Amino acid sequence: MIDASQRVPVETMEYEDVVRPHLDYLYSFAVRLCGNRAVAEDLVQDTLLRAFRSFARLRNRERPRLWLTRILTSAHYDRFRAEHQAKETVSLDDEHHFDLFDKIVEEDPFPYSDRVHLDFLELFDDAKIIEVLRRLHPAHRTALILAYVYGYKAREIAEITRASVGTVLARLFRARKQLERGLWEYAQSRNLIIKMEEPS
Amino acid sequence: MIPCKDAVTRLWAYLDRTLGKAPETELEEHLGLCRHCCGELEFAKQVRGALAKTGRAGEPTDDVRSRLEAFVKGLGQPKSEG
Repeated sequence: MIDASQRVPVETMEYEDVVRPHLDYLYSFAVRLCGNRAVAEDLVQDTLLRAFRSFARLRNRERPRLWLTRILTSAHYDRFRAEHQAKETVSLDDEHHFDLFDKIVEEDPFPYSDRVHLDFLELFDDAKIIEVLRRLHPAHRTALILAYVYGYKAREIAEITRASVGTVLARLFRARKQLERGLWEYAQSRNLIIKMEEPS
Repeated sequence: MIPCKDAVTRLWAYLDRTLGKAPETELEEHLGLCRHCCGELEFAKQVRGALAKTGRAGEPTDDVRSRLEAFVKGLGQPKSEG
């Protein structure tokens, strides 16, 4: 049995030893961000290359996951900057007023059910939710995934994304609204729910 | 009592435990009297649960894991001359 005191100190660990335990995490995070496995793998390689180049300057090696998450988030942001800017200009309409809970009650897509909200969510398997996430604004999608898939606190997301805590909280709020609208529009566009007949 | 419109905007922050003491108390008072917002709160928990469970969707296959490990190993190798 190896005595803990004989382990290699974190400061002297090689790059490979630092990043290898986080490869699965990086890949799954990238899949959620990109919604595409091939693109995700490419993004992780880009992240690993960037991390390798900056490894010598890494002072706090006690938190490699946060460091790698920040690099991956930045790489993703750079890569999709054009898309990001394009989406930024897309009108978010009245997303602040959209309320999925109320919408489901109003539209009543499951007329014979007494658990309509749960029925609605059960339309979405993991792949469908990732597809809806992919339609969100990248900065909002990133915040939402970090917070609700990985459980990062707002101050950690702020550190990862180099934003203020206030900005992160605002992004999370908008992300939730976009997610609600995205789930509804996805269900409608894929005919997963019964549409109300327009009165003639 | 705060209106439903305000209560609903606070629900996720309430679940995140990022609401301040006063807004939290106001919300809890509202929830104690409003069945609609209790439903909204339950639904917010379900949506968060649906997000959290997407963790199963992104696991790398053995092939992907091997390629990534080889990539990392390759970064540490000195480049051959010529």
